[in-house]
Amino acid sequence: MSLWEYANPRKFMATTDRLVGPLFLLAALCLGTGLTWGFFFAPDDFRQGSTVRIIYLHVPSAMMAINTWIMMLVASLIWLIRRHHVSALAAKAAAPVGVAMTLMALFTGAVWGQPMWGSWWEWDPRLTSFLILFLFYLGYMALWSSVENPDTAADLTSMLCVVGSVFALLSRYAVNFWSQGLHQAASLSLDRDENMSNEFWLPLVVSIAGFVILFIALVLLRTRCEIRLRRVRALELRERVP
Amino acid sequence: MMPDLGAYAFEVALAYAGSFVILVVIIGLSVMQAVRAKRLLDETERRSPDA
Repeated sequence: MSLWEYANPRKFMATTDRLVGPLFLLAALCLGTGLTWGFFFAPDDFRQGSTVRIIYLHVPSAMMAINTWIMMLVASLIWLIRRHHVSALAAKAAAPVGVAMTLMALFTGAVWGQPMWGSWWEWDPRLTSFLILFLFYLGYMALWSSVENPDTAADLTSMLCVVGSVFALLSRYAVNFWSQGLHQAASLSLDRDENMSNEFWLPLVVSIAGFVILFIALVLLRTRCEIRLRRVRALELRERVP
Repeated sequence: MMPDLGAYAFEVALAYAGSFVILVVIIGLSVMQAVRAKRLLDETERRSPDA
């Protein structure tokens, strides 16, 4: 069995048909557990008080905002190199999910920043690169809908995705590149001394798992939708041929 | 059962409420679009002799 088998829309639809429902259930379970644990049972932080509870939304959504663009980059490169339609449609399907994740990260960050930094917004390297990433998502979706020919749209949006990847990476490493600004460095670390206490870490990991599974479920559902719409367009074109 | 959120109750509640709305919108829109696309394809296939 090869991964490229799933480039066949029929194979993709048959396989994902069985996956989408259980993935949504698993995402609901992980999100319900992680967020309930974090909101109701995790302790306050000694410095940030109860606002630390925002971490269970902010960190997973920010991670997924960047990772969604990386997934779109991989799918776009597959389209540009191997011309598999399913990969171009998967990239298109992921963009609105990325917008939602970026918006959530910006919103929760602003709500968290107000009491901690005394400001809803700062032109900090990480915040600014995230705002640019959000604008790239909107531009990517606008470009898809403004080009009539789907293959041309896939070509152009794939190129935009490659360019936008600079900002996705900047969003992730902005704190390391410019050691200025208010935003802290990574919350999670493999270094035991640097990483947060298990009381915060465990519910956070469960929430992150929930966001990742929800992302997969949404992208599969939306890609299936795009494949169906592509088939509708193909049939309608055939109907018009005398 | 509600934890004591102290002075930051508004901010924490706002973050959760706003995020919940964003999640509901993206899930709701995706499901609606998927249902509509399936119905549209079924109708088109029924009408099209080549399908």
